[in-house]
Amino acid sequence: MVQFEAPAGPQPGRRRPTFPATTDAERSDDRSVMARQGRWATWWRGGGPVTVAFLVPMLLAFGLFSWWPIVRTAVMAFQQTNLVEPAHWVGFANFRHVLTDPLLPTALRNTAIFAGLAFLFGYPIPLLLAIAMSDLRRMRGLFAVLAYLPVVVPPAVAVLLWQFFYDASGGGVFNTVLGWFGLGPVPWLVSSHWVLPSLVLEATWAAAGGTVIIYLAALTTVPKELYDAAQVDGAGIWRKLVHVTLPHLRTIMLVTLILQIIGTAQVFLEPYLFTDGGPDNASLTVLLLIYNYAFGSTTGGGDYGDATALSLLLAVGLAVLSWVYFRLTRSWSDS
Amino acid sequence: MKTSRLRAAALSTTAVVVATVALAGCGSSNDDASGKGTVTITVEGWRPGDQQATIDYVKQQAAAFHKLHPDITVVPKEWQWNAQTFPAQLAGGTLPISFRVPFTDTKGLVERHQVADVDKEIRALPYFDELNPNVLAAAEGTDGKVYGLPSDVYANALHYNRQLFAEAGLDPDQPPTTWDEVRADAKAIHDKTGQAGFGEMTKSNTGGWILTTLTYAMGGRVESEDGKTATLDNPGTEQALQLLHDMRWQDQSISANNSYDWAGVNQAFAAGKLGMFVSGSDVYNALVTTDKIDPKEYGLAAIPLTDSADAGALGGGSVNVVSAKATPAQAKAAVEWADFFRVKKYTDQDAAVADAKAQTASKQPVGTPTFPIFDQASYTNYQTWIKDYVNVPLDQMKGYTDSMFSLKLISEPPVQTQGVYGVLDPVVQKVLSDKDADIPSLLQEANQKAQQLLDQG
Repeated sequence: MVQFEAPAGPQPGRRRPTFPATTDAERSDDRSVMARQGRWATWWRGGGPVTVAFLVPMLLAFGLFSWWPIVRTAVMAFQQTNLVEPAHWVGFANFRHVLTDPLLPTALRNTAIFAGLAFLFGYPIPLLLAIAMSDLRRMRGLFAVLAYLPVVVPPAVAVLLWQFFYDASGGGVFNTVLGWFGLGPVPWLVSSHWVLPSLVLEATWAAAGGTVIIYLAALTTVPKELYDAAQVDGAGIWRKLVHVTLPHLRTIMLVTLILQIIGTAQVFLEPYLFTDGGPDNASLTVLLLIYNYAFGSTTGGGDYGDATALSLLLAVGLAVLSWVYFRLTRSWSDS
Repeated sequence: MKTSRLRAAALSTTAVVVATVALAGCGSSNDDASGKGTVTITVEGWRPGDQQATIDYVKQQAAAFHKLHPDITVVPKEWQWNAQTFPAQLAGGTLPISFRVPFTDTKGLVERHQVADVDKEIRALPYFDELNPNVLAAAEGTDGKVYGLPSDVYANALHYNRQLFAEAGLDPDQPPTTWDEVRADAKAIHDKTGQAGFGEMTKSNTGGWILTTLTYAMGGRVESEDGKTATLDNPGTEQALQLLHDMRWQDQSISANNSYDWAGVNQAFAAGKLGMFVSGSDVYNALVTTDKIDPKEYGLAAIPLTDSADAGALGGGSVNVVSAKATPAQAKAAVEWADFFRVKKYTDQDAAVADAKAQTASKQPVGTPTFPIFDQASYTNYQTWIKDYVNVPLDQMKGYTDSMFSLKLISEPPVQTQGVYGVLDPVVQKVLSDKDADIPSLLQEANQKAQQLLDQG
């Protein structure tokens, strides 16, 4: 693990409040009061109020819009409320209800398949793209821009665009192209077998650009001399990749992997906008189920307690997963 | 110097944030605190994106209402029902006191106590006993109390594209009147024009909504009358699914691409991609204002019914409800407003004419067939009053209007309406996406899920 340690000794350019020695002051109350006043004065003069003042807006903003809703979510998971009358406590009833919901296994399975497919296809693609781009001598910027463009397209617009691609009749863009080779038509979004791979394909297209940029930045930190040395030793492209590039990227790769796992476990936008969980719940994900509990497609809505209970379970699950992940990969991520 | 400037900046930022938070806290003032003996209510006025003429009309009506009831001030707001934003608006106190909810959502709100009990106020209206009982059922809770005033009622009907009918060699003035004819016409349209002969909604509970409509048309029901027993595995639903299955897999007249919600199917139909689809009889309004359909292409027919004595058309509409946060005085005022603004026009010529005039001025469709909220006589009267302002192609809607009064209107499933529709959505999707779907076992499975929902109440 990279450790950031403050260098010993005085640090030029950095103002630190210097507190008066207190050993003498402890001997007498008067002197103690004076010392305390002195501390306050020093804290005040040394920029203490500025620190607090800078901190307060951030604390308020995070507190109001981030931490307080999290606390309320945790509380609401144990309540039943209609948001009008006072909420009443129901113990673990909400948890029991969501855990026995026959749709939960479906949602978990779909989410796991989505995450698995995204790992298989969505994870290596940005890495390979970045490595290929970093080897370009010219127009690297242009390709980086091209790779990043899908990230700039608003997700709802991208979904509309891809709906044309995924048109299941013979006239859709993909099916037309497949038709040239005598293949298809593939029932992309309207088949329970094809729907998840179709969503992963679009999600990968939409998100890969961001990860490519991260990898490209990381690749610039790999010392050129290592490649030269490897070349002198007779290493080809493949061995340079395996023995120089990937070891240097592994810390970043570990982070992007856990981010991807968390992101795909919370996939909502694609199934919500493309299929609303269909056909036959084949693309119902955990987050879409949570949404439906509260706002109503599949269950009739209004079950805010169930929605928050499942949200809490998902959050705890992901937190535990992240902890286990970092424990397991701790030795591997040490550089 | 630098530090003090930083300090000033930070302190002023803090002050702004604190002040904003404090102001936000003050934002939810009580609408009722408007003076002695008077009451102020916010009401659903116009939809987002409505034209200025519509907004002006609503404001004029609010002023006219205030003249009649000097103790009530009506503040119309831009608002449209949205199940997603409703809870936040209710909790945050920004919901209008009076607003409309689709029939499908009313019962859920009643069950969750999210709308006020206005039973006494509604029953006190002079025409209460004349309200069509099937229509009133949508505003009733399971406790038998009335929770709102129904308006904008329609029966689900068959919409068809006259242009595609003509291209397929069919007579646009002879829309199908049996399901066999629907199937044959759909196949002809697909075979001759290459477009889908029939479109079926499948998403966001609309799949269940339309499947229930087809079930009713074939004499089936998805719930017992008391709403205690799920009956999704009835012969009517099975017959309806078999029809959809055969149109999809044998005739190909339902496209492989069939995946629609309410807005999606409207869009596809207006674009000339569908020969027929089933939706509310008043969907023409949305087809014109949102999807810019060519009126010449539009045709409306009654939904075909089988010979079963129980066969009928599923009815829909809106219920004017009152926010659960309203005070008793506000609730009373809100019912009076709903009566004045939404329903009175069916009993009062001046109100009917003023309403039609305003709609004509804002280029809104006037005269689209709905369903009588009272009886045939009052509906016919209303149509006569607004005759001069009608701007929709009524000749092309005869297939519906000729038989609408003999049509048996059946209310939506009484308990867990949206929940049951939600259970049926995947069944429709499965039948349309899997050629080998086993319809009876799908329905049995769905019935168990629906029964669980009904058991929860």
